[in-house]
Amino acid sequence: MKKRLLSCITALVLGTMILGGCTAKDSPSSAVQSGEAQVAEDKKEESKSEETKKGGVKVSIVGSTTVAEPMEKLAEKYKELGNTDNLEIQGVGSSAGIKAAIDGSADIGMSSRELKDEEKEGVVETVIAYDGIAVVVHPSNGISDLTKAQVKDIFEGKITNWKEVGGIDKDIVVVTREAGSGTRGAFEEILKLLDENKASTIVETAVVGEGTGAIMAAVASKEASIGYVSEGYLNDTVKPLSIDGVKPEVEAIKAGQYTISRPLILITKSDLKPEAQAVIDFILGDEGQKIMAEKYIPVKN
Amino acid sequence: MKYIFWLCAAITIIVITFMGAYIIVGGLPFFSHTNIVSFLLGKKWNPSGEIFGIYPMLITSIYATVGATSIGVVVGMSTAIVLVEILPLKAAKVFSAAIDLLAGIPSVIYGFWGLMVIVPIIDKFWGGKGAGSSLLAAIIILSIMILPTIIRMSEVSLKAVPKEYKEGALGLGASKFQYIFKVQIGAAKSGIMAGIVLGIGRALGETMAVILVSGNAPIIPKSLVDPVRTLTANIALEMGYASGVARQALFATGMVLFALIMLINFLLTQFIKNAERRNGNARKA
Repeated sequence: MKKRLLSCITALVLGTMILGGCTAKDSPSSAVQSGEAQVAEDKKEESKSEETKKGGVKVSIVGSTTVAEPMEKLAEKYKELGNTDNLEIQGVGSSAGIKAAIDGSADIGMSSRELKDEEKEGVVETVIAYDGIAVVVHPSNGISDLTKAQVKDIFEGKITNWKEVGGIDKDIVVVTREAGSGTRGAFEEILKLLDENKASTIVETAVVGEGTGAIMAAVASKEASIGYVSEGYLNDTVKPLSIDGVKPEVEAIKAGQYTISRPLILITKSDLKPEAQAVIDFILGDEGQKIMAEKYIPVKN
Repeated sequence: MKYIFWLCAAITIIVITFMGAYIIVGGLPFFSHTNIVSFLLGKKWNPSGEIFGIYPMLITSIYATVGATSIGVVVGMSTAIVLVEILPLKAAKVFSAAIDLLAGIPSVIYGFWGLMVIVPIIDKFWGGKGAGSSLLAAIIILSIMILPTIIRMSEVSLKAVPKEYKEGALGLGASKFQYIFKVQIGAAKSGIMAGIVLGIGRALGETMAVILVSGNAPIIPKSLVDPVRTLTANIALEMGYASGVARQALFATGMVLFALIMLINFLLTQFIKNAERRNGNARKA
């Protein structure tokens, strides 16, 4: 009898643990989605409770996953400031976002790349921030300027010695971020370091560092190394290279002269609804730009 | 009251079961994307292209563990012998305290020290594709990290050898070293083996220190100075951002690691059992 009781308890404990485990497993695996869902849910609840008073308007924002990430934070802040409009954010990629904005299925499209000419017709582009990636080398490296093509060849392992780009006779040590990192994704996208299956073509022997700090440390300690970090993280321990003669400075990135960079753009029709315009105004305002500045270069400072 | 103790004891097993189940539940769906053979023997790891082959990491983990254990066993056993048989008691105590300290250092400190000291030294003398971040650096750091375990276990079991053995051996005219190598080590074998098993487990499972010094390139090492990535490093490096299939692939990597450690434990305990049985038979005869 007692034994049975014990096994019952054990089974119960096990059961709850496994159940608990399942929910715990679900949440991080779909962190972005559930975060979205959470926001959406919060909105729903709020709009339900305030429906009688004001009634929130739905504003759908669709596109680049890169932009969707700060957009979640922006939406949160927007709500905190007392706005009841229901912001629906979906990260589905830049191209899909641009298309959704053009055909009107979304109020606002998000893009982390420049629009192609055929995409520009009939839409308004609003740049909300810039993302610039600096290519960095050891401070003792004599090279201070590379072309975009040279950088691509170095990271693909086609150029393996510094003397091939006018430096000393030393094998290049390529340093890269781990797979899945946003900086790596942007770098690969801008330099076209992806094959037709979207597989990274960065040389396999590249040293991998987890996080910007590890990249900075690796480049700072290895004389023949080359790596890349977001412009905002540069400091004296590494030397940023000019690309095609342009230094990775905020002004050059904003002006589009520094080419390893990308704008984060919102795309709208010219006759957008006032609630959507309010969202864009908020993002371009002080509060919104402060949030963008956490990871990117704000358009206004 | 009895049942409270029972429950406490059961918690360990519950936790292990739960962890195993968690990893399996997370990893199993992955095999509908990549079959287990191409997962284990695939030579390319490229999550953005959804190519998942952990062969390079598997090989690296084995190389690093075997390398570190070989160095660790030789140095560790020698140290244990010196502690037990050669040094005077007082000096041995100081030595022991130092070893305890070594055991208490967090792995990130080992890694940091390796990054700042070992990696530049390797870079200076041998260079390599990772400029010092290499398999060799990982082996060196791991062998230092497993030393305390091997020394402690060997020391305890060497000490536990009955005095009569020593008296007998010396009485029969054996020299001190003949006694140590032919009698004492043989008699302490199972304890020493246990130490080695624990050491292997630690070397295989160590993550933080390895990430810092090994360079983490997912390639099959062709030389000791190639940058490499171990199974544990693979999980820790990419878990932060991974989603979907890539995340499942990391869970599947965890399953492989789990299986590998269980296999090693099983083989070595089997080995020890056999050795003991043979010992017992010899003694009876």
